[in-house]
Formats: sequence, structure tokens, C-alpha cells
Amino acid sequence: MAVKKEKEVRKKSQERRRLNLTVNGQLFELKVGTEHDQVDPAHSLAHTLRETLGLTGTKVSCDHGACGCCTVLIDGKAILSCMTLTVECDGKQIITIEGLGDPKTGKLDPLQQAFIDYAAFQCGFCTPGIIMSAKALLRENPFPTEEEVKESLSGNFCRCISHYHVVKAVMAASKEAR
Amino acid sequence: MANSYRYIGKATPRKDGTEIVTGGAKYLNDIKFPDLLYGKVLRSPYPHALIKKVDKGKAEKLGGVKAVLTWEDVPDWKGGTPRYTRILDQKVRYVGDAVALVAATTEEIAKEALHLIDVEYELLPAVFDMEEALKPGAPQLYDEFPGNVVTPGVPFFGPKSLKEVIMGDTEKGFQEADVIAEGTFGYENIPNPLPPEPPGAIALWEEPNKLTLQVSNQASYMDKITLFHVMGRKVEVRSIGGPCGGSFGSKFMSWQVQSYAALLSRATGKPVKLIFTKEEHLAAFTMRPASRMKARVGMKKDGTVTAVSGTWLIDTGYYSMTTQSQVAVGCGEVQIAVRCPNWDLKPVIVCTNRNASGIVRGFGGQELKCILIPILSLAMEKLGIDPFEFLKKHFVKPGDGYFWRDGIWYTYRGVDFSKAMDQGAELFGWKDKWKGWLKPTAVNGTKRRGVGVGVHGNADIGEDASEAYVRLHPDGTAMLFSCVTEHGTGQRSNYIKMVAEVLQIPLENVSVTPSDSLINPYEFGPAGSRGTYAIGSAVIAAAEDARRKLLELIAPMLQADPNDLETEDGVIFVKSQPQKRIPWRAMSIDRTVTGYGRFEPDYTLTNCMMSFVEVEVDTETGNVTLLRVVNATDVGQIIDPQGLEGQLNGCLGSGGIDSALFEETILDRSSGHILNANLIDYKWRTFSQLPVIDNVALETPFPSHRFHAVGVGEVATSPGPVAVLMAVSNAIGLWLHGYPATPERVLKALGKVTAESGKRGVA
Repeated sequence: MAVKKEKEVRKKSQERRRLNLTVNGQLFELKVGTEHDQVDPAHSLAHTLRETLGLTGTKVSCDHGACGCCTVLIDGKAILSCMTLTVECDGKQIITIEGLGDPKTGKLDPLQQAFIDYAAFQCGFCTPGIIMSAKALLRENPFPTEEEVKESLSGNFCRCISHYHVVKAVMAASKEAR
Repeated sequence: MANSYRYIGKATPRKDGTEIVTGGAKYLNDIKFPDLLYGKVLRSPYPHALIKKVDKGKAEKLGGVKAVLTWEDVPDWKGGTPRYTRILDQKVRYVGDAVALVAATTEEIAKEALHLIDVEYELLPAVFDMEEALKPGAPQLYDEFPGNVVTPGVPFFGPKSLKEVIMGDTEKGFQEADVIAEGTFGYENIPNPLPPEPPGAIALWEEPNKLTLQVSNQASYMDKITLFHVMGRKVEVRSIGGPCGGSFGSKFMSWQVQSYAALLSRATGKPVKLIFTKEEHLAAFTMRPASRMKARVGMKKDGTVTAVSGTWLIDTGYYSMTTQSQVAVGCGEVQIAVRCPNWDLKPVIVCTNRNASGIVRGFGGQELKCILIPILSLAMEKLGIDPFEFLKKHFVKPGDGYFWRDGIWYTYRGVDFSKAMDQGAELFGWKDKWKGWLKPTAVNGTKRRGVGVGVHGNADIGEDASEAYVRLHPDGTAMLFSCVTEHGTGQRSNYIKMVAEVLQIPLENVSVTPSDSLINPYEFGPAGSRGTYAIGSAVIAAAEDARRKLLELIAPMLQADPNDLETEDGVIFVKSQPQKRIPWRAMSIDRTVTGYGRFEPDYTLTNCMMSFVEVEVDTETGNVTLLRVVNATDVGQIIDPQGLEGQLNGCLGSGGIDSALFEETILDRSSGHILNANLIDYKWRTFSQLPVIDNVALETPFPSHRFHAVGVGEVATSPGPVAVLMAVSNAIGLWLHGYPATPERVLKALGKVTAESGKRGVA
């Protein structure tokens, strides 16, 4: 019964609110609600990106804030989209892995290109999250040391052990920007 | 080694690289289509119980719920070896066993519905330890397994499938020995291979008996085969694989999650997606088997092993699908690593009330080595024998042999790995760092360094059959038909290289079909490092067959013998008169040319991996830091240098070296609950904890296929754990008898902590 009650309460609290999210430069106006194309207040940003907006490049692995797979940028900072409620992102600028390349030319971000050149992935599932974490680092600190790269990626789980190649790729992308 | 290959051995970008770095790669959970329903599983909170009653009325009434299934609603589909484990049963056998399945229009509704199912259980006593489970009067998991002993043997491996290592006369062997050592070691921390992508499936059932499955598996064709048998050989299964977000062996057996989705689709007539949560992945999907061994070994002064006698207990959890296979391969692999004329090694596979064990890199051999090499080390210690020299001397040499998984004796015809081992030892500085048994390499205050070495090799590099087609098109392109999924090794890209090399066409002119069982021929899949030799051989044969057919077709047009023709970049020419040339399109635009290739199993080749490790132990805190790893192997011919390096660096993760340092699944042995089924409490290595890894990969041509290569990815995890145990023991001057070398285990060995530490299992 508790479940039903909770749902009723949730319905009442939805004051036909609207959310504005800018994702990869595109503005999305979303309604708060329980319909399939709406944002339930319980929805994580990862859920909204993947299920509502169809941006499945953002991966969910632990859904618990531990593995970094779901990392996206909000206003330039790396955040865990599985631990962020979409209703709290009103007015935010969000960048996902799909938004890194040049939308006009289709050219990859130098960081993405470096990941290909240095074979910085194996199964590739954790790769979008790692690239987004690295992107946030390079925005703040364009010329990090190897230690700084490792530290900033220490929240990203990779099971194939592509870490060594990832560090090389991030360092190379940074060097190229120099 | 210099070679004249155009692509083989060169660093080339992964074919799927752009999709991976842009988020465009569609993993299982990224697939969506109209009418899709979402499945969830209600799981048992008890380790052993009978389901007396299920009230699903409230759940069925919840808006959006389309089906609720219990054991009473489903057909008699069974898995396990032998097939005794029902897909949903009246009896639950571990905390997490499936009780009911729900399909609903959203995942949230399906989750809500789980809370509305009332289940009445009759609790049964449970057992969580192998030796307890074997005692008379212990709780029995299955009527079919009296005494909780799982039936040995693997029908798929043939009538003589290897169940033990018995040969010679151990009594005589012990008499001949200069020393006899005896000990008990356990590798019981049941690490999880833990790929980032959780297991799952999308199923569409079409009446009366057609099932289409989207899978995430390293071996997607085998899902079709496995499920055909699970479903009573009455269902026509099509399995479609895609990018697999890691497997490390585990997803090879996904029959349960796939069957759940299939049952829900069958009940609703709609496609159903069922993806495990990370908690389910850790607590209700397969993990490494637990192993414990009490054994006696006899050894001569020169390191010759005269006898091995012991019992290998393997805890498979609540059922076994592949544990017998792992035992068979482990028993074969131990003979590759340890030459001894007299064996009496008896495995016993035991059922207990915990989550099931399954496939993980190392496949039985890693488990066995983790507990047998330490016992051999006790004998080496008595004789002052250097373990590197011992392992090098014993590893299989050309002309030696072994009983493989099918119980048949094979004579090894590959290369001698001693050179690779020597180069590894030199790079590591073994001679300087090895100070003798239980002696640290260096002491600095409370910090003590130690070194260790391990070895592993697997003749499964030529296991099982593979088939492939290569189709040539008039526009100078080729398409490879192979049911191989990409699970991280880069093999789909490597097969493109092989096809391009045989046909001498640009890499971008070769594509590979989706790994769909409907369009591709039989493929066992990449497992046991078989991708390079076994699958590669089928791919090469298909490309060669296609090339031959094309040249035969074109020969009359050039008025030449097909044997005198060559093809390059989509043009065929007479070798002696290159100006006599004609493009592939001369085959006619309404024609394709298809070649077929098949690989037959071959167990006369093995790969090898030796790992050297150096650790630093803080004797005050008990903390162990892995400082350095050197892996040494000989792969015959490198296909892709970056991919190979990635696989070798993988020695740390997926239940590898880190399973000797900090990785463990913690089972509460009073309640049967797994206490760390999340990625915070389950420890994993982070970017800021990377040791130095150096890899030695020699290229001594193997008599395998035209590129003389063998695979090595699977075994990268296997030699390291025992090397770590050895290194930590050497650092602290005392033997550790269990894994992982956590601070509490180290401090306990040092006598710095006493009670309570044994809680997690044997110390």
C-alpha cells in the first residue's frame, strides 16, 4: 500500500513544472510528470539522457555513484549522472559523449582521437565516462602531469585494465593542445 | 622479428574505435524498440527454502504489469551439468535465487510489482562450507547430488572427459623423493570477473516455438546452442550479439537471464528486456569457483617432482554449469606446468548454498595453480630451489605431453618458452631480487619487499570448432561472416586484418557481419585464448578458399593457370607478367564469390604466460602494495601490438592478480548474504594505484596457421595471484595460506592480530 500512496503523493506534487536542459548545445523543454516522455522527480539524469532523450552514449554500470561510467559534464564539471536528479538540472548546460565532436564537421574531439590512436579501450563500456572525466580535467588543467591524470580518473572503473593506455592518450591529447 | 606483412603485426586502429569513443556503440541496454517491456526478478532472501505459497494477485493488478511468473507457471527448462537446475524451482538454494519474474511497461513498475508479491517460505538448513557440505547429515541441495557432490565429467568433452589426474604410482614416487612436503592452501575469495556492463538479455518469443534473443556475450552463437538444450530441444533460437561490455568468460553462460527474458516474452507476446542491476551482477550472477587443496608432493634435490597426491575441493555454489569443464581444463593445464610421472590428484566438486560459480579467465587452471604451486613451493623451500628455475624447467617442452580435457594424451608440438621466461626474468631482475625462500628482497624499517613468480599455459588455444565465410564482391571488397562478438580483445578487427592480409586489399575494404546466428555459421566464440589460432584459422581458411575460387574463376580470362595468379588491391594479375591484369569486377557485377573455412580442434599447442611480481608489505599496517609486474610470453607472431598489450595489462583485473591482493566477494557464512554486492564495498584497482607493468612478447613462429600466431589473452590473469602469495610470504618470512593478502590476513600471519580474523573463511 505504501507504494500506491507514494505514487499519489508524487502525482500531486507535480505542479506542471517544466525543465530546461541544454544538452550538447540543444535546448530540451521537458515536463515533470510520470508519462514516458516526461521527467519523474525520481529520475536520475542518466535515466533522462538515456531513456527520455535517447542519448545512450552515457553508460550506467553500478547506478550507485561508484564507477564513473555515467560521467557527463554539467556546466563544465564532471558529475555522476546516475547520482544527479534531473529535476535539479533546470537551466544547466550538459555535455555528454555525443556532444564532444564538432557538430558541423563531425570531427572528433582531440581527446577522442587520442583514445583511438592509443587504443585506450578494450571492451569500451567505461570509455565514455573516462573520456568525460578526462575532458573535465583538461578544461580545468590543460597540461596535467601523469599523476594528476591518474588522480582525476581514480573514480572511473575499468575492468579490462586499459588504464595505462588511457593515461598515454590523455597526456597525448594535452600535449597536442600545447 | 622482421616480416613482410602488410597489416599483421602493425598497429592499426580498432574498426569500432569511432563508435566507442563517440558513444555510438550500441551495447545491449542501449537497444530499444516499440512495445518493449521490462523484466525484473524477485529473489529469495533465504539461502535454502521451499516455496510454500506465492500470492501474486496484488502485483498482477498493478497498472502496467503484464506478467508475473513463478515456478508453477513455467515449462520444465533446466540448466546445469547434468541438467538438474530448473529455471524457476519450488526450492530456492541461495540468497538471490529467482522466485518470480515480472514484466511491466517500465522498469519502475516492474520493480514496484516485486514488492507486491507475497511469498511464504519453509526454511531449510543451509550449508556454506565445502567440508561441512560433504559431512553426513549436511543439508542436501539436490536429490540428484547425494552428499552435495556434483556428478563429475563433461558430456560435451566426450566419453573419457578428464575428471582427475591419475597416472604412474605415487607410492613409488614418494619413495624416490628426497623430500616430501604437505600442506593446505585455499583460494576461496570467490572474486567476481565483474565486467562494467551487467548481464542481461532482450527476448522476443513468437508462437509456437521461435525465440529471437539480443545478447551480450563473448560467444553469441553458443547462446543459441545452450538455450536449445535448456529449452528441451524444442525451441528454435536465434541469438544476436553486439558489442559486449566485458565478459572475461562470465557471460559465456547467460542462460538464466536469457531464459527469464524469454519466459516473460512468451507470457506477454511482447519483446522483453531484462538487465541485471550491479547488485544482482555481484550477488546473483556467476563468480570464480572456490578451491581448497590438501596435498602431498615428493621432490628430488634437482627439482624433479616424483609424486603429487591430494584432494582438490571445488565449491561451485548452488549449481554447476561449467565447473566440471573448469576442473577438466585445470587438470590438463597442471600437467602443462608441472612434469611429474606419478599423480593422484582427485577433484571433488561440491554444492553449497551460495551464488553459483562459473566461467572466469583462468578457467580452473588459475584456481588449481593458486593452491598447488604453494605446496610445491614448500618442497622447493626444503631443498633451496629457485621457483623461477623450477617453473621454467617444468613447463611443457616440444615432445612432452599431457592428458587434455577429453582424456586423450597429446604430444606438444609448439615452441620452447624458456627463452621468453629468461627474458622476463632478466627484465625483472629476478636473479638480484630473489634472496631465497621466505627471505625479503629488501627491508626498510617496517616495510619489506618480496618477489614471486607464477606460470600458466593452456592448450585450449586450439579448443573446439569454428566456421567462417568470406564473401568477395566485384567492387573489390570482402565481407567476413563470423559469429564473433567484440568483447574487448579487438579480435573482430584482427580478423579483418587477417582477411585483408590474405586478399591483399585495404583494411577499409573488409567488413564483418553482425554476430547473428541466423546469418553466420557455427562459432564457439573467443574463449581460452582460442581467438587467434582457432577462430583465426577458420577465418584465414575462408579467405584463402574465396581467393582460390576467385582466381579459378578469373584464370580463363587471363589465359593463365590459377596458381600463376596473384591478387592485390582488387586486381588480379599474372605473377610473371604483372601487366596482364584484370580487376575483381571481371567476376561480373551479378556475382559474389564465397569461401568457407573451418577449424577442427587441436590440443597439441599451448600458450604460456609467466608473471613476476614485486610487492611491498607494511608490517605495521599489514598493507600490501604491488610495485611491479613483468609478464613474459611467446605469441609466435603479434597480430595487433596495442591489443596484445591491453590484454596482458589485464592481468590485474577481472579476478586476476588483484584477487591475491584485495579483491573478494564477502559471503556472510551465517546468513548466506553477500555483504559487498556493490562497487563501493567490492574493492577494485583505481587509476591512482597502478603498478609498473612490463610485457615481454617474443615472436618465435608457431606451427599454428599461416601467420604462426597463438592467442594469449585469457591466461594473462592466471600466473599472477600465486606469484603475489609467494611474494608476500617471502616479504614477511611466513607462508600465507589463503587469498587475498589483506592487511588482516598479513597481520594475523605476523601474530599481530588474533581472534575474529578467520571469519571470512579459511585463513
